[in-house]
Amino acid sequence: MFEICLPVILGGKCIPSTALFGQLLIGLINGSFYALLSLGLAVIFGMLNIINFSHGAQYMMGAFAAYLLLQFSGMNYWVALIVAPILVGVTGVLIERLLLQWLYKLDHLYGLLLTFGLALIIEGVARHYFGSAGLPYTVPESLQGGRNLGFMFLPNYRAWVIVASATVCFATWFVIERTRLGAYLRAATENPALVRAFGINVPRMITLTYGFGVALAAFAGVMAAPIYNVSPQMGSELIIVVFAVVVIGGMGSILGAILTGFGLGVVEGLTKVFFPEASNTVIFVIMAIVLLVRPAGLFGRRA
Amino acid sequence: MNKTISLAALAAIFACGTAAAQQINVKVGVLTDMSSLYADVTGPGSVTAAKMAAADFMKDHPNVKVEVVGGDHQNKADVGTNIANQWYDVDKVDIIIDVPNSGVALAISEVSRQKNKVFVGSGPASSDLTGAKCSPNTVHWTYDTWMLANGTGKAIVKTGGDTWFFLTSDYAFGHALERDTAAVVEANGGKVLGKVRHPINTNDFSSFLLQAQASKAKVIGLANAGGDTINSIKQAAEFGIVKGGQSLAGLLVFASDINALGLQAAQGLIFTETWYWDQNDNNRAWTKRWMAERKTTDKVPTMNQAGVYAGTLHYLKAVAALKSAADGKAVVAEMKKEPTDDPLFGKGTIRADGRKIHPAYLFEVKKPSESKYFGDFYKVRATIPADQAFRPLKDGGCPLVSG
Repeated sequence: MFEICLPVILGGKCIPSTALFGQLLIGLINGSFYALLSLGLAVIFGMLNIINFSHGAQYMMGAFAAYLLLQFSGMNYWVALIVAPILVGVTGVLIERLLLQWLYKLDHLYGLLLTFGLALIIEGVARHYFGSAGLPYTVPESLQGGRNLGFMFLPNYRAWVIVASATVCFATWFVIERTRLGAYLRAATENPALVRAFGINVPRMITLTYGFGVALAAFAGVMAAPIYNVSPQMGSELIIVVFAVVVIGGMGSILGAILTGFGLGVVEGLTKVFFPEASNTVIFVIMAIVLLVRPAGLFGRRA
Repeated sequence: MNKTISLAALAAIFACGTAAAQQINVKVGVLTDMSSLYADVTGPGSVTAAKMAAADFMKDHPNVKVEVVGGDHQNKADVGTNIANQWYDVDKVDIIIDVPNSGVALAISEVSRQKNKVFVGSGPASSDLTGAKCSPNTVHWTYDTWMLANGTGKAIVKTGGDTWFFLTSDYAFGHALERDTAAVVEANGGKVLGKVRHPINTNDFSSFLLQAQASKAKVIGLANAGGDTINSIKQAAEFGIVKGGQSLAGLLVFASDINALGLQAAQGLIFTETWYWDQNDNNRAWTKRWMAERKTTDKVPTMNQAGVYAGTLHYLKAVAALKSAADGKAVVAEMKKEPTDDPLFGKGTIRADGRKIHPAYLFEVKKPSESKYFGDFYKVRATIPADQAFRPLKDGGCPLVSG
């Protein structure tokens, strides 16, 4: 066992290398939430050109849906993991059909304002009915406990979080970048008129894409319910960071969103060890630097 | 106008100067957090509590007419100050009560002193309200940081928890709580092994918890509040902190937090409060009424909401005794002169520095198997008598005390 130290100029704090492994792993786990959420944002922005500010509220809706399903129909975590995203995804489809579809021809700002307003309404309604303190939700029986990895105690649930989110992220990337369906989607964003001429129902595809992006947020919400406080404001606290992640990765870049999500989780985790007071700001510092050096983001293409 | 005056004159003739018939109007302003972090700890439930106190008081004193209004300070000192000015200058509010968030409370205390009105704090934590920043127009009712640190810190060190690691919210409130608790721990022969300061509204505490775990401290002190405390406790359970032999000490925990956590995650947590709904028949009866007024079956009142009820009641008694609410300083002096006696906090006093004195209780959260019905959260570990629960008068540095 040896110690790893920061340069004196940054405080010179030392921690044992084994502890560092633990912190790296923790960072990766938190990164999985960033990755899932920024992935949804990137998908929606890439295909609809909408900056979905209600993403945080939809993440919260996922967690609340899991709670309500358990409370009123006894549906356990595993079922909720499938059902809650579908339910919340359907509300996304309704939002797209009723509201968003009228805004595509207008400036980005209108979509941003609309979704931001929706987020405030959803949060307000949740607070009215459930209060601000939060709702209890426990870790599913089969994932309770944990194992000792030698350098840290890893709760089983966290191991599941990292596996599940990596799988979902990879599958989404694969579908969009490597399949025929994904090719249609990408073509429809480049030139919708031409794709329509081939007989493909572009508006329906866009509606379903928004629904899917929203479902991803809800999926992250269900994953978060057992370990984070399930409260109306849970989404708005997280979403600002996730927007920074998307900006760093490059707006609309699927792979960028995933890799930056995991990467920044690790960076934030290390900051929590060496300089905890800055752990909420480190991502924004990185964002500022990236915007100065590569305005299109790390993985973004120049417009 | 003329009509009003002649009516008043007529009324005066009929009243023939008997004091009993004199009508006193009082307006109570509940300034609180309606929509954010502390809305469940105080918020609309505090307004309900004040209205209950008003109704109870008017039943026995038909000559006093009490009106209750509520306001949302959004946890911003400037918003709170604006509402207070509007209330005092335009809306004829006589007293502001509750005000969670120490920052806003200190501002409201100052406004109330300038306008010679009354401020009764139930929500705020900072012991400065009755220390260096005390005011002849302010009463601090329910709890404060010194009491929390002293109650929890001392009790835990005495039962063997003599090494501590702090998870501290990185702003004035967290620093004060950590400082006060560390002082108590060290004064009782304990040792502080380390601390980590996290930004407010942090989602994930696992990194901090691993550091706390590595410190091998027997006790992890949570010098934070609201969502941060809930997340720390929830994740400490997940990382097996308590099962691994370390214990958690919540330095500011409310019944609503335990409700949000569930007993599975919160069990074994030790902390100090001054009021618990299920402690005696009076509290239970009041809680039943409160729940009916709030139309809720899944929330229980917190000590802050109980403090709003008791504080309003005692204030109204002082106003009735003086037959006027006009002079805030005189009303507070009267509140200090008369011993307090209400169904929720029992008999007590208000000290020269504005500190309300009552016992505090060290509670432990029950195991899920011990909880028999909704809201059956706590068992009492120890009672801290009223004369030991709060900071000694001479230590606060309040100018009202020294002369």
